[in-house]
Amino acid sequence: MEMPIPNPAVLARKDRVVARLLQVLPSDAVISDVAETRAYECDALTAYKCAPMVAVLPASTREVSDVLRICHEEGVPVVPRGSGTSLAGGALPTADCVILGVARMNDVIETDYANRIIRVQTGRTNLSVTGAVEEDGFFYAPDPSSQLACAIAGNIAMNSGGAHCLKYGVTTNNLMGVTLVQMDGTVVEIGGGYLDAGGLDLLGVICGSEGQLGVVTEATLRILHKPEGARPVLMGFDDNEVAGACVSDIIKAGVLPVAIEFMDRPCIEATEAFAGAGYPDCEALLIVEVEGSDAEIDDQLARIMEIARRHNPVELRESKSPEESARIWLGRKSAFGAMGQINDYMCLDGTIPVSSLPFVLRRIGEMSAEYGLRVGNVFHAGDGNMHPLILFDANKPGDLELCETFGAEVLKLCVEVGGCLTGEHGVGIEKRDLMHVQYNKDDLEAQMAVKDVFDPQWLLNPAKVFPLDASDARRRIEMAAQ
Amino acid sequence: MMTPQSEKELAGMIAGATGPLAVQGGGTRGFAGAGDVLCSAGLAGITLYEPGALTLVAGAGTPVTEIEAALAAEHQRLAFEPMDHRALLDTTGTPTIGGVMAANVSGPRRIAVGAARDFALGVRFVDGTGRIVKNGGRVMKNVTGYDLVKLMCGSFGTLGVLSEISMKVLPAPETEASLVIGTELAEQAVAALSRALGSPFEVTGAAFLPDRGAVVRIEGFETSVAYRLGALEGILSGFGEIERLNADASHALWRGVRDVQPFVGRAGDVWRVSVKPGDAPGIVAALPEGADYMLDWGGGLIWVLCAAGTDLRAKLAPFAGHATLVRADAGVRARLGVFQPEAPALAALTQGVRARFDPRGVLNGGGVKAA
Repeated sequence: MEMPIPNPAVLARKDRVVARLLQVLPSDAVISDVAETRAYECDALTAYKCAPMVAVLPASTREVSDVLRICHEEGVPVVPRGSGTSLAGGALPTADCVILGVARMNDVIETDYANRIIRVQTGRTNLSVTGAVEEDGFFYAPDPSSQLACAIAGNIAMNSGGAHCLKYGVTTNNLMGVTLVQMDGTVVEIGGGYLDAGGLDLLGVICGSEGQLGVVTEATLRILHKPEGARPVLMGFDDNEVAGACVSDIIKAGVLPVAIEFMDRPCIEATEAFAGAGYPDCEALLIVEVEGSDAEIDDQLARIMEIARRHNPVELRESKSPEESARIWLGRKSAFGAMGQINDYMCLDGTIPVSSLPFVLRRIGEMSAEYGLRVGNVFHAGDGNMHPLILFDANKPGDLELCETFGAEVLKLCVEVGGCLTGEHGVGIEKRDLMHVQYNKDDLEAQMAVKDVFDPQWLLNPAKVFPLDASDARRRIEMAAQ
Repeated sequence: MMTPQSEKELAGMIAGATGPLAVQGGGTRGFAGAGDVLCSAGLAGITLYEPGALTLVAGAGTPVTEIEAALAAEHQRLAFEPMDHRALLDTTGTPTIGGVMAANVSGPRRIAVGAARDFALGVRFVDGTGRIVKNGGRVMKNVTGYDLVKLMCGSFGTLGVLSEISMKVLPAPETEASLVIGTELAEQAVAALSRALGSPFEVTGAAFLPDRGAVVRIEGFETSVAYRLGALEGILSGFGEIERLNADASHALWRGVRDVQPFVGRAGDVWRVSVKPGDAPGIVAALPEGADYMLDWGGGLIWVLCAAGTDLRAKLAPFAGHATLVRADAGVRARLGVFQPEAPALAALTQGVRARFDPRGVLNGGGVKAA
C-alpha cells in the first residue's frame, strides 16, 4: 500500500508544533515520544502500520479547535481518530501527521425523551449511547459489530451500519445535528433537534466523509423506544441460490424483518467447530429476526416460515424463548472469531443488489479455487451487504498480496453487478485505489470539490478515500507552499 | 422552454447556457428560479424495478404517479409519502420524482421512516458546468466515497440538474388506522404525540389539527394494527376523548395532512417551520394574530398561514430551527427570502459548495437564495 512521502518540512518543525500544542492542551494530552506514539500506529486494519509524528487527546470542542488552528497554521496534516476500530485504515497515520483522538470527549450532553434525541460528545462509544438511555426503554439504532468499542465520531466518519439497519437505517439516517470543527479551527453548528436541517444537506455529506471535512465533536442522535420484543427464525437450505430466492420472497411478501443474516457452508462449519451452536449441516443458512409483541412476532414468523417452506428448507427452527434466540444468534455472532481461529483473514464489505446474490456467491467460490484461498461468507442479506472473509497466512510470504488481489477482484465483481466497493466499512486506504472502478474522473472530481471547500489545503486525513493519483495535485499545493 | 431528451443533451444545454436557467421538473412546487426554463420532463421512464430488492431506478422527469402505480402493482410504495403541492400552491403540471428529490419533499411518514433523502440511493446529474456526475448506486448500503446523493436532495436544483435517481422503496402495509385524541391546545397535543412516538408501537403519523385534535396513525398487518391501536388508546386515554378512524377515514385524513389541505384556497402566505417538537407550543403561542397553523411530525413541522407579507422569521426570532416561505407572491419572496438565512460559517460553506458545482451561478439562481 502506497502512502505519500512524509513532508520533511513538517517533520523538521516537530518541536515547534509540539511546543505550540502544549500551549493549548495539558501536557498529558500531547504525546510526542517516539515509543508512545506507536500506540496510534494503526487501527483494526493491522496489516498497515505507521507511527504518527504526534498524537493529541483534546477534551473539548475548544481544544479541538485550538489544535486544528495550530496544525493549519503549521501546515501539519491531521488524522482524526475515534476508537481506532476502522477495518479500512481510516485512522492510519502518516509519519508527518498529528493524530487527533476524541477518546477524552465522551460525555452525554443532553438526553431528551420527549423529543427522542440524545446529544453526546463523539468520543462516546456506540454501545454506551444506548447504555445512557436503555433503562428508560430507549436505544440508539445503528449497531456496528464493533459497537462495544467504536466511537460515535468514527461511526459518523464512516457512516457505519450494522445488522439491524434493514429496518432502522445506518448512521446518516439517525444523525440530526453535529458540531463540526473545520481544519482552520472554525466551529460550525449544523442541524440540531429538528428533523431536517435547513439549507444544503451538508450533514448528509459530512456523514461518511471519513474525517476529511472536519472533526465532529458533538452529535445529536435520534433515539427510539425499544420494541416490545424480538425473535429470530433459523432456516437452512441445500443451495445458496435457493436461500437468496427466499430472501427476495420474504421481502416481496411485505414483511420487513429487522435483520436477515446469511452464512455459507465454510462459515457454518467454522462456527460449528468454534461455538457449537447446533447449526444444521447445509449449504446456506438464514437468520431472520422480527420485532413486536409476542403475538405479532408469532404472526410474522409464521408468514416467513410459510415462504421458507416453499423453498424446501433442510431445517426451520423458530425461536420461542430468549434462550433459543441466543442459541440461534450464537454462531452468527462468533463467525468472525471462528474464522480468525482458522487463519488470518481479510474481511470485504462490497454490497450488491440482492438479486445478484446467487451469481456473486458462485463466482466467489470459483475465484476461491483459482486463488487457492478459502472464503467464508457471512453477511447482511436483506440489504446485499456482503462480508466475504478471505483466509490467508500472514506468515507465508506473498499470501497477503495474493489475498489483496483476490479481494480486489471480488470488489470489482460487486461493482460489475451494480453494487459498490463498500457498504459500511468505508474506503480508507484499503479501497482507495479501487475507487476508479466505481467512479470516473468527473465523479471523483465532484467529490473532491467538496473537500476543497471544507479543507482547501487538504490537510485532514489527506491520503485516504481518493486514489493517490487523483488527489495528487491537490495534496501537492500544500507541500509546495512549504 | 428547453426539454432535453437525454442526459447528454441536458449537459450540452447547461454547458451552452449564456444566462440563468430556471430548473424544474413538473413545475408544481414553485421553487424554480428566474431565467430560461430547463425542464427535466423528457428524461422520463422507469429503467429498473426489482421488488425483491426494494429498488427502483427512474429518469428524473418520471411522473410520481407513474412510479406510484408501478409500485402499487407490487404492493410497495414510496414510504416517505411525498406531498403534492399543487392544491396548496394552485399550480398545474405533473409532479416528477426529480422534483421530489431536488426539494427533499417528505410527508407525515417522515417521522417514522425518514425523508426523501433517506430513500435516495443514487443519482446522476449534470452540474452547472455541464459535467455529468454519478454518485451512490442502487444498493441500500453504500459508503463508497462522499455521499453527494444527500447533497443533491434538497439542493433545489442549485448544484446540478438531476437526470436519474435510484431509490429504496418499501412494502405497502396491509392496512392502516388512526386515533384522534380530542386535545384543544398545542401543548397537550404535542405531549400526547410525544407519548405515542416514545412508545414501542411504531406510530407512522403524528399530527395536530387544531379543529380536530391530535392524530396518530398505525400501519401494518390487520391483527397488528388492531393490537397497537388498543395499546395506544391505553397510554393516551388521559389526554382526551379518543375516536378511532378506520382505514378509509385514516387514509383521507393523512392525505389532507400531507398536502396541507386545511390551507388550500385560503388567502395569505404559507410558511413551513422546522423545530424541535417540544418547541412547537412556544412557537405557536408567538404566532401573529390571525395566523392559523397545523402541526405534523409530532410537532416538529409547523405549517403556518398568515397575512401576506408578514415577516414570520422576525416574529419568531430567535428560535432553534428554520422557516421556509412556501407560498407568497414574488415581491414578498424577494423581500423576505424563501429560505432561512444561515449563520456566517455555515453560509460560507454553502456558498463554497455552490461556487464549485455551479461557478457561473446559472442554476436556479433567481428564486431560491436565502435573504
